[in-house]
Formats: sequence, C-alpha cells, structure tokens
Amino acid sequence: MIAFNRYYNQFNILSVSLVVISLLFLIFKGLNFGIDFKGGTLIELRSSDSKVNVSTLRDKFNQMNLGDISVKKFGNDTDYLIKFENKDSKKGIIEEIKKDLIGSFGNNIDFRRVENVGPKVSAELLKSGIIAISVALALMLIYIWIRFEWQFSLGAICALFHDVIVTLGLFSLLGLEINLSIIAAVLTIVGYSMNDTVVIFDRVRENLRKYADIKIFELTNISINETLSRTLITSITTLLALVSIFIFGGEILKGFSLAMIFGVIFGTYSSIYIANTILVRLNVTQKTILKDEEKN
Amino acid sequence: MLYFSKLKITFITLISLFFILIASSNLFKFENILLKKNINLGLDLQGGSYLLLEIDNKPVINQKLQNLTITLRSYFKGKNIKLVNFKLQEDKIFFNVNENDKQKVFEIFNDEKSEINPYYPRFKSHQLEINEIDSSLVVNFSKQGLVKLKTSSQEQALEIVRRRIDEIGTNEPNILKRGNDRVLVELPGLDDPMRIKSLLGKTANLTFRFVSNNDEDTFGNEQLNYEDEEGSEFVSKRIILSGDNLLDAQPRMDSESNETVVTFTLDRVGAKRFGKATSTGIGRQLAIILDGKIISAPVIRDTIASGSGQISGGFTFQSATDLALLLRSGALPAPLNIIEERTVGPDLGQDSIDAGIIALIIGFVLVIVFIIVKYKIFGIITNIALVINLLLLVGVLTLFEATLTLPGIAGIILTVGMAVDANVLIFERIKEELKNEKNNLIAFDSGYTKSKTAILDANITTLLAAIILFFMGSGPIKGFSITLGVGIFTTLFSVYFIARLLTFLYISKNKEKEMAI
Repeated sequence: MIAFNRYYNQFNILSVSLVVISLLFLIFKGLNFGIDFKGGTLIELRSSDSKVNVSTLRDKFNQMNLGDISVKKFGNDTDYLIKFENKDSKKGIIEEIKKDLIGSFGNNIDFRRVENVGPKVSAELLKSGIIAISVALALMLIYIWIRFEWQFSLGAICALFHDVIVTLGLFSLLGLEINLSIIAAVLTIVGYSMNDTVVIFDRVRENLRKYADIKIFELTNISINETLSRTLITSITTLLALVSIFIFGGEILKGFSLAMIFGVIFGTYSSIYIANTILVRLNVTQKTILKDEEKN
Repeated sequence: MLYFSKLKITFITLISLFFILIASSNLFKFENILLKKNINLGLDLQGGSYLLLEIDNKPVINQKLQNLTITLRSYFKGKNIKLVNFKLQEDKIFFNVNENDKQKVFEIFNDEKSEINPYYPRFKSHQLEINEIDSSLVVNFSKQGLVKLKTSSQEQALEIVRRRIDEIGTNEPNILKRGNDRVLVELPGLDDPMRIKSLLGKTANLTFRFVSNNDEDTFGNEQLNYEDEEGSEFVSKRIILSGDNLLDAQPRMDSESNETVVTFTLDRVGAKRFGKATSTGIGRQLAIILDGKIISAPVIRDTIASGSGQISGGFTFQSATDLALLLRSGALPAPLNIIEERTVGPDLGQDSIDAGIIALIIGFVLVIVFIIVKYKIFGIITNIALVINLLLLVGVLTLFEATLTLPGIAGIILTVGMAVDANVLIFERIKEELKNEKNNLIAFDSGYTKSKTAILDANITTLLAAIILFFMGSGPIKGFSITLGVGIFTTLFSVYFIARLLTFLYISKNKEKEMAI
C-alpha cells in the first residue's frame, strides 16, 4: 500500500499555488484566443516553391495592411498558417490575397483552408463557449449533489475547478491557441475528471460503511490504493489514445489532444490529492453518510 | 447473475451482427435500402465551403416605414385627421397631430381590428407601436412586428439563395435558416467559393429608369454612378420596369456588335409598360440600373413592343452569365453579409481522414497490446469487446447517417481509450473478490454487481458533457459530441453483454480452475 496520505499537506499547498499561479496568468497574460473567439481570418496554404517562406509571406501580407499578422510554418515544410485581424471586415479580401499571391509567386500555391469569422460571430461563439462550460460545471454539481453528501460534492467540485483552471493556466503560460476544439476538450476534461473522482468516492463511501473505526485520513488512503490500478490503467489507455491523436492525428487536432492530455493528467492527480483531502479536512465520518441514509 | 440463457445469447449475437452489417455498408455497395446508408463526411473531411450569411434588414425596415408614412397620411386624411411634419429617424416615424385628435389616433392604432396596424392574436401584439414623445407621436415596429418582418425577409432570402446556388449546380448544397436573420449555406466539395460569394453578395435589384438631366421630373431625380465608376448620370426616381417583370434572362453573343450581352424577356405587364415607355421616349436615354449603379444607358431608337430586349455593358462572357443568373433567380429582399466563412480544400480533407485513421489504428493497437499484457486471457475478452464496440459505434453512426467530422474521429479514438475503463473497473473488482471467495462464479458475479454504480456514475458524467456539447457546439464540435455520446452506449452494451457473455462462457468451462486476473 502506498502512503498517499503522508503527502496530503504538501500536495495541497502545491495545488493551491498552481491554481493561484494559473489565475494570475489568466488575469494578467490572458488567453491566446484564435479567430473563432477573436474574429479575423486564417489561411492555410501549401507551396513547394522555394521563393515562398515565412519571411516573404510576412512581407507580402504586411504590404496589404490587414492589421496584426502572424505567419508560421504549419506541420511540414511546405505548409504555412497565416492569421490576421481583418479589422474592417473587408469584403472580398481573400480573393484579393489569392490574386496577389499568385501574382508574385505564380500558380504553385494551394489554399488548403480558409476561415473568416466576423466580430459578431466570434463574440457569440465566445459567449456560447462560456455558457457551455458553465452549464457543464453546474450539471456536474447537481449530479454529484444528488449522488453524494455535500462534503463529497465540495471535494469533487474543487477537483473539477482545479483541473479546468490549471489546464487553461497552462494554455496561457505556453501561449497556446484557444479555439472551438479547446472548448470541446475542456468539457471532456470536466467529464473525465468527474468520472475519476466519482470512482474513488464510491469506494470511500463503501469503506465508510464497512469500517466504522478507521479514521478518514486512513480510509481515503485505503480507498485510493484499492482503486489505484483502475485509476492508472484507465489513465494510461486514455493517454495512449490521446498521444496517438497528438502525434499522428494531424496539425488540426494538436491543440485539442494536448489540452486533453493535460486534463487527464491533472484529473488523475486531482482525484487523488484534492478530492480526498477535502474529505479529510471536513472530517467526514461514518455518521456523515449514515445520517443521510436514515433520512431516506 | 452471471448467467445467459440461449435466447439471450442469440439476441446479443443478432444485434451485434446487425450493426456490424450496417457498418460494413460503408465499405461495400449494397442495393438494399437499409444497407445503402453511409456515414456522411463533414465539410472538414470531404472539403467544402461553409458560409453564414446575415440579412441586413435595415433597408427593408426603412422602406416599409417610408411606405407606411404615405399610407398613414392618406388613411387619416379619410378620417379627417391631419398628420403633419413627418420625419423618419432611427427606424421610427415621427409626426404631429392636432391635440384634439391625438386620442383618436391612439385608439385607431390600438384597436384589435385596426386596418392600418395588424394585430397578431397569437402573440397578443400589434405590428406597430405608438407612443408620445415631446408632443410628437412616434410609430415604430413592435417586437413581434419586427420578428414577423425578419422571418418573412429570411424566408424570401432563403428562397433566392437556393435558386442562385441551384443555378450554378453545385453538388448537394445544404441551405438552412439560422435564428431569424441568418442563412447558413454548406457547399460540400466546393473548394473555391469565390463565385458563389460574389453571386450571393449582390442584391440584384434591377430597374429601368429614364435619364433626366433637368429638374422638371415630378418624381424627383438622383445622381447615380456607372458600374465602372467612370461618370454618372441624373436619373428619374420613377421606375419604368423592375426585375420583378422579368421572365427570363440569358447571356448571348450579339452578332452585330460582336459583344456579349444579356437578353431578357418580359412578362405581359412588363412588355406593355416597356412598349409604352419606348414609344413615348424615343430619343431619350433609358438607364439600366443594378443595385444603385448604372450598367448602361442606351438611347431609345425604336418602340420595343415585343417584350424582349438586351442589356449591353461591356460584359465578359462570365459576367454576362452571372448577371443573367442573378436576374433569373430574382432580387434578394435585403443585402446579405457573409459573417462567417470556412472553406477546406479537398486534399486537406483527405489528409485529415488519413491522419485520423492512422491515429485511430495506432491508438487502438497500443490500447489492445497494453490490455493483453495487463490482463492476459481477460485482456483478450476485453479486446474482443472493444473491437465489437468500435464496429457497433460505426454501425449506429451509419444507421442514423450521422456526420463524421475530424473531432468526431478524435471522439472515436477517445472512446477506445475510455471504453476499457468499465472492464478495468470490473476486473479489478473481481480480483479483490477472488481473494476471499473460492467459487469463481460467485466472485465474478459479485465483481460485476459491485462495480455497477461506479461504472454508471463514470458514464453519466461523460454523457452529460457530450449532451452539452451537442446542444452548444457547432459543426465539427457537434460531430465530436455525437461520437462521444453514442460511444458511451455502445461501450455499455459491449461491456455488459459482449464482455460479460464471453467471461461467463470462459468461467463456466473452467469452474474449478484457479483464476488469475
């Protein structure tokens, strides 16, 4: 049996500081919103022409007065991703760019993907993304509140918020782009983190019924150990699938799979070191669950 | 109990085979109706264009209010009430009326049987609202009136957009309403939406009006530019003919001038009006105006009574074809703005499919190998269930002809990773039970029973996330939520029926053997 409970305090301090640091990053550095949420235009193009490279492309786009421009390689050597604000939402700008690029680099340019999101749509997408995550958190809260006693709910919710905040904090720190698929990833993380916590809580509750005289400090440790191999195996298989998407699934899924990888790691950590320690700090005993059962 | 009757076994096998057969229809071509079904590929996988258009209703509202001022004036004149100082500002009509008549005006507006202000009993609201601000009366559209106006212009716009796209003949376009002022256009397989964008960007409001350089025109005149921005003319505000009178329009090569022109045919009313205008206006210039710009302003030489004519204006064959198309399909009720556009080229789509399939295969193999190493014989059982799970998932998606997107493929891979969770929970539980229980059947049975709540909890939480994504997400994200959500059900089926059945068959053959998981 591994003595997870020996490090409860240390890891609690770590978790709290991680959350605080993440919040500081989110407040002061903010998130790198992609065009889905900020509005603007994205062009993915492929050209094997030697004249086409990041700096010639940047020069070309700078001449067009499109506001803030970012040009970078995308995946392999012949692919480029260009993003710009398109502040005035100029009409027909993409056609103009096409003409211009073909004019200076010849026909050897393939526009693989073009996305253009107007300011109104991006504001709506951001709003619905925030609503989606809030609704998800609220639903989880209600679900766990129905299934468990309030002490457990509090533990699960703390773990949940920890996972979401730290994942977003890491995205802020690394300057990774937040787009629609990241919202999907965050929601899946919410589901996954919850699932992990609930499995351990289920065991804690079962053990509370079984052993009246074991203190919660010990009891959580027993429960963690009993479910440990399941926790690890599921995390590993999920991570195997995610790493496979990250490496082989193409450039477009990179952000999504990375967010999920972070989320699964944090989710596994938090169900051991956050959810359980809350039970310990609230001094949950057999009475806590029996009282509730008598009422029913 | 860990026991399966013959009937149950047959049933499970049949269900599995049914979905596997349906899944296989993606690979083979069957003639059967049920098996003809295929998973649809999303625009991000097959390539194509997604355009979200917003209807700019401002001009429509303005026009309606403008017409309304005329109606109001004459209506109240008939009631011996004089409305004065009409002013149109910020979508509101301002006017003044004699103090003694105010009450009457209000009554007429708020009467449920009002002739000038339609009442919608269903919404308990009039079309128009009337208020008093600083001794003037103010009339504007009520909330419901505005909704009615928007939905009707949306319906018209949808129809015209559909006609224009059908004329170009792209393959299986998807044209849908969004909200009450948006139209969504999905064009699979189209990698360059330039032409469609330029066609949808035009209102195509065609009018024929006389050029009138003097101010004698009783209708007033306005200065309009030529389409090529070179020069302008004063044209009368009186409309001789509009696009509504057109029956047909075609691009043609004019044999005399060797120029591309657009020929048109008018309906009966149009032909009559055109004939009259051309007979009285010989020698005058007739301007042909599209969306506020003059295409050309030829001098009338002869009366045209045949009801057909041609427009010339230095067209290329392409621009003549497009103009003819726009004229044939009719004018939009209001301008459309493209507020969101996403276009994926077909080769990027194919690359995404390839990458997705490679990731799926590798992720799948990694998970399978890991599980076999960990659980040996029960690993094989888990893996058989996992393969069937995947086939069921594809089968269900095929049966409902769901749309598969790139995030959707990610959802399938994620399902592979998370699907083993339930089996792991069960096997870990059985392992514990075997420590105290020598009877294999009982140990396995209680392993299944005791892990049930944890498995249900785990899957319900994921399902909740998937449901929210389904309702909140758009396009590709919806695809993710569908595979994730359906994956939960196929996973539960494969765990509780397939894996449990195989486990049962194995245990009943090896009742006495020492079990090691």
